[in-house]
Formats: sequence, structure tokens, C-alpha cells
Amino acid sequence: MSLEDFRGEVTEFLQSQCPASMRTPMREESDFYWGGRNASFKNEDQEKWFYAMANRGWTTPAWPKEYGGGGLTTQESNVLRKEMEKLGCRPPLFSFGIWMLGPALLQFGSEDQRKQYIPNIVQGKIRWCQGYSEPGAGSDLAGLQTTARSEGDHYVVNGQKVWTSYADQADKIFALVRTDNTQKKQIGITFLLIDMETEGVSTRPIKLISGKSPFCETFFDNVRVPKTNVIGEEHGGWSVAKYLLTHERASISSGVDPDVMTPLSFYAKKTIGLGSDNRLNDPVLRSKVAEWEIDGAAFKFTLDRYNEEMKAGQAIGAKSSFMKYYASEMNKRKYELRLDCEGKQALAWRGEEYKDGKLARQFCRTKGNSIEGGTSEIQLNIIAKHILGLPTK
Amino acid sequence: MAYVLSEEQQFLKDSARDLVKMFPTAEIRTMRDTDDPDGFSTKLWEKMVEMGWPGVAASEEVGGLNFGLRSAGVLMEEAGRGLSASPLLSCLVSAYVLEKHGSDEQKKLVEEICTSGKVVALALQEGNFYKPSKSTTELLSEGEDLLLRGTKEFVADGHVADYFIVSTHSKDGLTFVLISADQEGVTIEKEFMMDSRYYAKVHFADVSVASSVVLGKPSSQRAIASDITDVASALISAELVGLMSEAFERTVEYLKERRQFDKAIGSFQGLQHRAADLYGEIENCKSITIKALDALDARDGLAPAYCSMAKAKCTKVAQHTTNEGVQMFGGIGMTDDEEIGFFLKRARVAAQQFGGLAYHVDRFAKMSGY
Repeated sequence: MSLEDFRGEVTEFLQSQCPASMRTPMREESDFYWGGRNASFKNEDQEKWFYAMANRGWTTPAWPKEYGGGGLTTQESNVLRKEMEKLGCRPPLFSFGIWMLGPALLQFGSEDQRKQYIPNIVQGKIRWCQGYSEPGAGSDLAGLQTTARSEGDHYVVNGQKVWTSYADQADKIFALVRTDNTQKKQIGITFLLIDMETEGVSTRPIKLISGKSPFCETFFDNVRVPKTNVIGEEHGGWSVAKYLLTHERASISSGVDPDVMTPLSFYAKKTIGLGSDNRLNDPVLRSKVAEWEIDGAAFKFTLDRYNEEMKAGQAIGAKSSFMKYYASEMNKRKYELRLDCEGKQALAWRGEEYKDGKLARQFCRTKGNSIEGGTSEIQLNIIAKHILGLPTK
Repeated sequence: MAYVLSEEQQFLKDSARDLVKMFPTAEIRTMRDTDDPDGFSTKLWEKMVEMGWPGVAASEEVGGLNFGLRSAGVLMEEAGRGLSASPLLSCLVSAYVLEKHGSDEQKKLVEEICTSGKVVALALQEGNFYKPSKSTTELLSEGEDLLLRGTKEFVADGHVADYFIVSTHSKDGLTFVLISADQEGVTIEKEFMMDSRYYAKVHFADVSVASSVVLGKPSSQRAIASDITDVASALISAELVGLMSEAFERTVEYLKERRQFDKAIGSFQGLQHRAADLYGEIENCKSITIKALDALDARDGLAPAYCSMAKAKCTKVAQHTTNEGVQMFGGIGMTDDEEIGFFLKRARVAAQQFGGLAYHVDRFAKMSGY
């Protein structure tokens, strides 16, 4: 089938299968469908849209068909993405399985493991969470101390993970655990899959400065895990983790913020207003907003450029650190400016009139952008070392 | 739209780099210290003309190579790397404007720009700031003829120009004219700037010219002002991308070599983070500049906005990069012997040419409806 025929088919499919309400911006948490054992749909439209996509494997359009993916070529999945953007279709499924575990399984998993786990990710049957950071291992992730002691064909896991996103709602966790304490710290880490229903696993939500609790602490107390749940080599988890972090950085910068496409000036115009000369009524904010929009556009064109370079066969490598760094800093600056532009109404924390302080809470949340997934400082270290080749001594 | 260079463009880039290397940055110092009357290497300029650079973006019908402004940007970027002064920018912009808006007679000049190195300079600015659609230089009717009266400043290559494109104020409002530098009443006053290049104050003392000097229709005068601003801004952005890339690479090399406290200073995190941040900003300058040039070639309606975005962004980052360069070179960076200072100084002048940061940020905001 030619790409144009495919585009026609996609458009027809989306027009007929994506309900109108699924083509509107997502406004609240229940608009995001995460799947999992205990998932429920917000309404029939959400359910219909999810199954229309999942049945074709289009929740993961480019993954291989043999594991339940859509089996589309890169060009075809780009067509699908573009047509979805055009119609404003919501992503049918949000999933750390799609963003993180799946790519790791495709790269490092055994054939059995792929067959066992990937279809359930595609179909949204299992909701995954990520267990990397620990109270004593943040930026220095390789210093992690959660142990997995070998006992026959099982490990016994003890320790604590932190910043596990939605762990309280997840079915399973992919975690980094220490299986060898006698070597250099990067060696002796293993990438392990653990069912959250196993005895000895418990979670506790962490309340953030936004007042929300998207993250948890997760505790492991003598948790028995079969050794078949290791992805990649035993003691070889660090390479899986590094691969995934690179992947994660690239996907963070592509932006999951639903407001990301709305120009900052849209908000500024609404609140500050335009004068009779059709100019924003505050010259200082006008130039700050314009400079932000210029920086944002220039960055977006860089992402387009990298995309094109990747298609031309160039590796993205450590540039993903720059992408993650810049996207985080831009988002923080954006919300800082939104507060400046929207004045008092942006500061409300409670009350229906202010959507329970949606903006103020989002603002607080953005401060984590430059901490999670590797801090801005870590990204700058990576750029300095791997791109600029600056020495360590 | 393509960010990756075509084979043809890559070839152009390589040959441009080779040519620029034959005229090292140190020549600027020599020309400055020997009071060279041109302020640029005429040998380099001859080579550029030989290779067809002034006509790289012009169409084949008017004697150009028809490679587009994107390719002109490739040349400007390499010229920026080498801090190579020449009338290239003036000629690229003039050729574009004359081909698009000129009468058949005026278009003949494009061929001379492309092939014989005729220099057409852009005389728009009056006073200290660039305001392309406001001109107090008068264009008065005198019978069949016209009379030009006023003074332009900061005219790049004005001292070697064969022709000028001049913005004026006539009874119809903003009016552009193309006039010969030989006209009686035209006098040139050279001004030597911080970047060791000459600019000119051009005085028009009741210069009598035929009415055929008017460029374009009355309804297209604002478009001419916009085209000049757009094309010049995008090409200077490309020059600044080359300038900042070279200054940055030299700075990073210095960070690896220079040792203090028994360590390479590039091992200090305080410097590493600043360098890494600059790396990303320069990446973004490259992208927005390519976008602007490609949009001009595609006659994209958003091109003027992209051009102002590019000039604003590149101006800011070039200033920042050269400031960081001097700072990281330390005491040696303050000396005239070290070349990083030349990059700092050229960046400041380029920043002001065809509108500074504030002008372009504001122009972008206006175009975006705020």
C-alpha cells in the first residue's frame, strides 16, 4: 500500500472510530486512561476509542506485530501520529510500559519474555511503574542499595524505592536491584520485574508541593521474585537502565504537557489584554513572552532537525541530555511567566472558580521537571563529558 | 524543508571553508594596523565573485546559480567562522530585492552583481537605530526628474559601493530608489567601527536623478522594506551561527588545554555547565536560522516572523557566547593578541545591523498579534 493510500485509510478509520469527545483536550486526571488490572473507563467514548486502537495494536503502532504491536513502518506510524494530531485525537493509552519497559524488552528481553509481557502492554492489561531512585541514590543512581539475594531459583528483595510514579495504582514494577556488592557499583545491578501483589511489597504516596501525590515510596520486605523475571543479564542491569534513561529523556522532551502547543501569548492576551494599538498592555511582559516563544520555537525546530538527522541515520546519543535539559528549563520558565502574566488568579489554591488551584499546582509541579529523569545538572555533566569532551581532571 | 544539507550544499560548504581558511582571522588585525583603505581583503572578494557567491541565490535568468538563500546561508556561516569581511551580504540582499522588485532595466544590474562583482549597498538607516519603514531622506519631484536629499548612516560597504538602494520619503510615502554612487552630489564619509570594518555615512546633497530610479510599485514599498529586513536578518543570523560556533569551539579547546590548580580548567563543573548550556543554545540558533532561510526560499508566509526570531536569537546567543569566550580565556582573552576579542567585537556590530535584539523581538511580537 502506498503511503498516501495508508493516509486515506487512517483518516477514514480515525473519523469513524474516534468519538468527538476524544478529540478534545484532556482536562482532568480521569481523561488519561492508564489501563491495568483495576482500570475503569471514564465513559463509553473513552472505552470505544481505546479498543478501536488497541485491537489494531495502534496503542504501540511501530512495535512488531508478532508481539501484538501495530507493525507499522516508521513512515506509517508518523502518518498515524500526524493524522491524530490533525484531528486532535487523544492518546488512547498512557503507559510506562509503552514509554519505558517495552523498549527495554524489545532491546534486551528474551523471546519468551517479549511474548509474555509485550501484548499485555499493548492491550493495556498490565499497568507498570518504574523503580529506580532510592532515598540514598538519586543523581548517583548506581549507588542503589535495594538488594536481591539469590535463593535457589528466586531472589529475595529487600529495600526501598522512591519517586515510583503511581506505584499505588500499578500492577507491576520494573526495578533496579543490587545482586552483587563486591564489584564497582555499576556492575552488580540487575533489572528485575516484580509483581506489586507479591507479599512484602507496600507503597505510600508522597505528597508534593503541588498538594498532589503522583509519586510513591515503595518498600520491599523479603519479597520473593522468580529469577526468570530478570531482563538482560544478571548483574547487567546498568546497561538496560542507561538505555532506558536515554529513551526517557528523549520522550520527556517531546512533551506530555497538554498545554504545550498553546502559545504563551494566548494566556497573556487574555489576562493582560491588548491596547488600542493591538499590543499587549505590558511592555515588559510582552518582551519576556516573545523571548520565551522565540526560544521555544527555536528548540522545537532543533527537535525537528534531530528527527530528520535520525532518519538520515545519524545517532542522537548524548543530545538527548540537551533535549531533556532544555525542555525542562523551558517548561519551568513558561509557568513562571504564566504566573507573572495571570496575576492573582494564578495564585488561588482552592475553590471551584479557580479549578482548585490548577495553575498554581501545575506551576509547583514543573519545578520537578529539572529533577526527575536526571537533574539538569546531571544532563549538563553528560553534555560536557560526552559531547564537548571536557576532561575530568 | 530540509535541515540536513544536500550534497550540493555540502560541497558548497566545504569549498567555502577552504576559501575562508586561505584568509585567516589574523588578517583583520593586519588590515586594521596598516590602515587598509577597504577594510576587507579584495583578493578574497575577487575569489568569492569568481566562484559565483554573490549570485548563489539569484536565478539563472539573471546570472545566478539558483541555489536558494539556504545555500547563501551556508556561505555566510563559513564567512562568519572566519570573520571574513567582504561585500557579500550587501550583494546577496541587493540581488534578491532587485530581482524580485526591480524593473527590467534594474534587473540587468543583478547580472553584474552575480558575475562581475558590482557592489550594491543598502542605505536605509538614519541615526543610531534601524527603522526601515521610516525615512526622513527626501525624494522631491523636480519637473520630470527627482531630487534626493538626506544622509544615511551605518551603510555596510558604502565606501566601495557602485550603487545604493536607498529608502526615502516621497509624496507617496516610503519609496525605495536605486542610484549610482557616481551621481553628482553623493559623498561618502567612511566610519571605522569596532569590528575593524568600514561603514559609511552617505550624504545625498540634492542629487538629481531620473524617475526611473524608483524601485518597485508604490504598493510594494513596504514589502521591499520587509524583504530587505528579512533576507538581511536571516543571512546575518547565518553569519552569527558561524561566528558563535567558531568562538565556542575555540573556547572549549582552551578549556581542555589551560591548566590551573594542576588540572585542566575544563574539568571544573562551574565552567562545564556554562559551556554545556551554550552548546544547546547554539544548536537552537542553527535550527531557527535554517528554518528562516528555508521559509524564505519556499515563500512561506511565516518567513518574516522566522527571520526576526532568528536574528533575535542569534544576536543574543552570539553576544553570550563571545562574552563567555573572553571570560573563559581569562586575562589572555582581554589581549589583542588573542583572537577571541575579534569575535566579541564583530558580534556586537552584526547585532545592530538591520535591527538589534529589541527591534526583532518586538517585530516578532507584533507579527504574532501582541
